[in-house]
Amino acid sequence: MPGVHLTSRNRPAVQTLLESMSLPPLDDLIACPHCDTLHIERELPEGGSARCVRCGIVLVTRRSDALVQMVSLACAAVILMMAAISFPFLDINAAGFTNETSVLSAIMAFSSGKGVPVAIAVALFIIVLPLTRLLALIYAVGPLVLGHKPRPGARIAFAMTEQLRPWAMAEIFMVGVAVALVKITGIAQVTIGPAFWAFVTLVIITIFNDRIMSRYTVWKALDLTSRD
Amino acid sequence: MRCKRCHGPIRSRDTESLQKVWAWLIAGIIAFIPANIYPMLLTSTLLDRSEQTIIGGVIELLHYGSYGIATIVFVASIMIPVGKFIAIAYLAWAVQHRSSRNQHQRHKLYDVVEFIGRWSMIDVFVVAILSALVQLNAVATINPGIAALSFGLSVIFTMLSALAFDPRLIWDEEEPVRHD
Repeated sequence: MPGVHLTSRNRPAVQTLLESMSLPPLDDLIACPHCDTLHIERELPEGGSARCVRCGIVLVTRRSDALVQMVSLACAAVILMMAAISFPFLDINAAGFTNETSVLSAIMAFSSGKGVPVAIAVALFIIVLPLTRLLALIYAVGPLVLGHKPRPGARIAFAMTEQLRPWAMAEIFMVGVAVALVKITGIAQVTIGPAFWAFVTLVIITIFNDRIMSRYTVWKALDLTSRD
Repeated sequence: MRCKRCHGPIRSRDTESLQKVWAWLIAGIIAFIPANIYPMLLTSTLLDRSEQTIIGGVIELLHYGSYGIATIVFVASIMIPVGKFIAIAYLAWAVQHRSSRNQHQRHKLYDVVEFIGRWSMIDVFVVAILSALVQLNAVATINPGIAALSFGLSVIFTMLSALAFDPRLIWDEEEPVRHD
């Protein structure tokens, strides 16, 4: 069934809101992204956060420097990503044979025959999607931090950052590396390369950045600046 | 209808949500079967060749005495996927039967499922790293087995299933129906 569809069960609730009081302007309303409860936005104290009254997820947090922090962390993460791709990741040494692995060759491990789809998926999960998210975030929020108007497509870029979130798996890759290291110590000697540490730092920064990222703050900022 | 802020499509409820949830879930369960039967890793050393399934890998880690890592792999590769199948099926079933019980718990469950599902990918990454790293000509080589592919697909399908679920459906039964 295409288009908007109100179930018979939630239609009365919406009407009661309309009838009982004049609906506040749409910009002052926040619908909980998880359970659809409507809230009226209020000014939050610095550092405060507001939760949904019904399901309890965090709706809004307020920090004045959130945007600057997000963009600078994203820039740092992009640089680290470049380092993580280009430097050697792990070295293995057993009975005189050595092999050096970079993140790229971990991906290429699957690239023969039936492994190609896995190689593509792994490449997407650990490099392409995390990088796309970071670049899209910088593209969308960067100009706001510098006091410029948002670039065209900034909204699409930011919406994409949000949608790609579950598919960027750099941190899971790191846990996989830890497991692989334990499995391998029985067979051979492993040396950890600079790219390994770049990747670890990258993962920590990304997790931290996702935690402080308040999509509501970004959308508000995008709205305010494009209105002028 | 489109959101005036992010221009994304808006709909009150995704009417096909449950259909997609079930379809992806069944695909995920089907892919999970070969992932457990066939080998994940093909190891060949000077002396012998061996194949290792997911469970086999866990048992080997236990033999090495790395109980912590064995637990991580077991939880990520067996418990999380199976738990996810059950959790998603329960969520979809409860919505279909218009249950108004345990809404808060069900919502929590959905959050957990959505958050934790990606972590099952650990084993696929382990295989990727091992097979990239252990390429020592005659001494030892490790190559990915077919289970790596089907396990990866199973995780992706279940993630899509969880994403297709519209958590707002959980709350639709809360208020008693008011007739105009």
